[in-house]
Amino acid sequence: MPFRVTLPFVLLVLFVAAGVAGLALSDNAQAKGKPDVIKIVSSLPRSGSARGQTDSIVQGLKLALHEVNHQITLGDRTYKLEYLDLDDATAAAGNWTIEQEIANANQARTDPDVMVYVGTYNSGAAKVSMPILNKANILMISPANTAPALTKPNTGDKHEPQCYRPTGRVNFCRVVPADDVQGAVAAQWANELGAKQVYILDDNEVYGKGIADLFHKTCKEKFGITVLGQESIDSKQQEFKPLLQKVKDAKPDLVYFGGTTQTKAGQIFKDMISVGLTCPMMGPDGTFETAMIESAGKESFEKAPFYATFGGLPIEELKDGRGPTFIKNFTALYGKPPTEAYAAYGYECGLVALDALKRAGRKDRDAVRLAGLATKDYVGTIGRWSFDANGDTDSKVMSGNTVKDGKFVFDRKLELTTDSARNPP
Amino acid sequence: MIFAADSAFWQAFTQQTIDGLAFGALIALVALGYTMVYGIVELINFAHGDLFMLGCFLSLTILAAFGLGGLGFDATVKDPSPVYVAVILLTCLLVAMPFCGALNFAVDWVVYKPLRTAPKLAPLVSAIGVSFIFMNVGLFWGGAQDVNFPNLIPDTNLMSEGSGIRFTYKDAMVFGVTVPLMIGLTLFVQYSRLGKAMRATAQNPTAAKLMGIDTNKVIGLTFAIGGALAGAGAVVYALKVNTISYTMGFQNGLYAFTAAVLGGIGRIPGAVLGGLIIGLVRYYGSAYVGETWAGALIFGILILILVFRPTGLLGSTTREKV
Repeated sequence: MPFRVTLPFVLLVLFVAAGVAGLALSDNAQAKGKPDVIKIVSSLPRSGSARGQTDSIVQGLKLALHEVNHQITLGDRTYKLEYLDLDDATAAAGNWTIEQEIANANQARTDPDVMVYVGTYNSGAAKVSMPILNKANILMISPANTAPALTKPNTGDKHEPQCYRPTGRVNFCRVVPADDVQGAVAAQWANELGAKQVYILDDNEVYGKGIADLFHKTCKEKFGITVLGQESIDSKQQEFKPLLQKVKDAKPDLVYFGGTTQTKAGQIFKDMISVGLTCPMMGPDGTFETAMIESAGKESFEKAPFYATFGGLPIEELKDGRGPTFIKNFTALYGKPPTEAYAAYGYECGLVALDALKRAGRKDRDAVRLAGLATKDYVGTIGRWSFDANGDTDSKVMSGNTVKDGKFVFDRKLELTTDSARNPP
Repeated sequence: MIFAADSAFWQAFTQQTIDGLAFGALIALVALGYTMVYGIVELINFAHGDLFMLGCFLSLTILAAFGLGGLGFDATVKDPSPVYVAVILLTCLLVAMPFCGALNFAVDWVVYKPLRTAPKLAPLVSAIGVSFIFMNVGLFWGGAQDVNFPNLIPDTNLMSEGSGIRFTYKDAMVFGVTVPLMIGLTLFVQYSRLGKAMRATAQNPTAAKLMGIDTNKVIGLTFAIGGALAGAGAVVYALKVNTISYTMGFQNGLYAFTAAVLGGIGRIPGAVLGGLIIGLVRYYGSAYVGETWAGALIFGILILILVFRPTGLLGSTTREKV
């Protein structure tokens, strides 16, 4: 049968050819970039239940750029600062997704104007984008990732964190203290509260399980607190009454939940009360948000105490460094003071990014990366701190918070003392 | 000493049984909607779980409107009297049931009815589409976060303190609403004229039509009844679990669907039995195997039963359905 060139076939060929040409053209345009623009992108879960916290982070970040009028002068050139607010979650999933995070990292990688990648919010998402951005040599500053294995050797799998740095260079840094600090601080606080036996639950995710394991270890090894059991939940379940009934039968003094509001911290607290267990519950910074109070219902907090540790100080305790300026400028720009503590970290990320650009002195990814990691004795919203060789902040100041009258209130400052093992209170 | 350990064990076991049955009764109520629709048109209505979710949001909206708080509104009625709460909750039930029933009826009319003679895959895919539409309506209605549902029914224990068993007002409410509804439905399908028409349509739609039964009307009403049960289930579920979210329809719908298949899809008593089994497996699984395994256990049992009894526990050899 002879091959016949029909009109639809010709049209199809033309259409495909036009598409390929278009792609090639747009790729070219992107590869060159715009000479007078520097882009900062953020990749955070903008849809789904972490929205409240990421809104704060983005607001903080935008404030930092707003303060410099979205302009930066490097050498004798003035660049326009552009900010891209990328979403690594989908409304359908309600949480970050691997596909979305990869797409965001690739978008940053292929756009030569992108100098800084602010993100991620979830430690699991960081594991996905870190190697991509590492190969692209882009400085990555996280406002919220706290999984220790992202940066610290011997805290996770034996290939971590080298597997996130395929080039061998460090490009990831974070302005929040990691969970090895937070888990230990939480155990210290549980000890201060007089807990003798605890029950530990976790959400089976990198962040939640990691911090719960560290809490477990510190309780046992440092303070001699009995751990009655540790169990993972499936956060897709809607209620956990059978589990909490079992926890109640074990008679703990305190329940620790390694997880976030998105992985059902509120429901666990509610179910705990509904099975008649009224001992305190403690959670990490992923539960330190207004959404926790909303999802658990204000009245629940009158029946049992809830404690949340946070890798830094809440907004009203920001009295050092640039803290007061931050609150003043934030209020001026948005008309009301920041509500979520993460706003300060979003702002801090923006400041570190601008500072790194300035010290690099040119629009060059490697120079910016090196300058970012060399941040030393930096005076930010949470006081003076430096990045260590792994890209971790050396700040170890944390806060313990509790809920009163439907609001999180600062309870105490928690500072990890390395010798607390030797003199237990 | 051994005796003491034993009594503690039995106490915990009894407690998990009560809670598991209460949870199972709720699942059964939703499962009835799946099974009735399947029985009559052989369609797995995947949107049913999400219809249930919309029922929850509607109840919360009613509560907010009457000053009991919810959806970002603070409770304006402080310490409402039990009578006030009871009246509002009854209103919720009386509004959510017709709402979900009418919505299900409308979906059948608009989406499934034109596809009645189409290949089976077409309505099935449409059902998934409707499920997504409902989910997005829920997202728009209540937002992406888990939403707290006011704790209006007290957790007060009805048993004596010494017994160590908790049977609360909430549990009583769950059984008090679900059991009469299930009995009522069974009697309705068995003895009423419309019930007879439903069974006839399920057995043979063509013959039913020849006998003068308006099958489209009967199918529409089956959707309405199934929807109304989901509406009732929604109110009871929200009051018991106290958290609703736009994604809740998926997990609960999956449980309910599994319950329907487990009991023999198309059989009303089968759905109830399947729901109760799932409730018990979920609770025993969590207590004695491990929380993370509870989900796997439910589906493991489903597979086992389907291997040995492909028609489900109560699946009969006759073609009687509904």
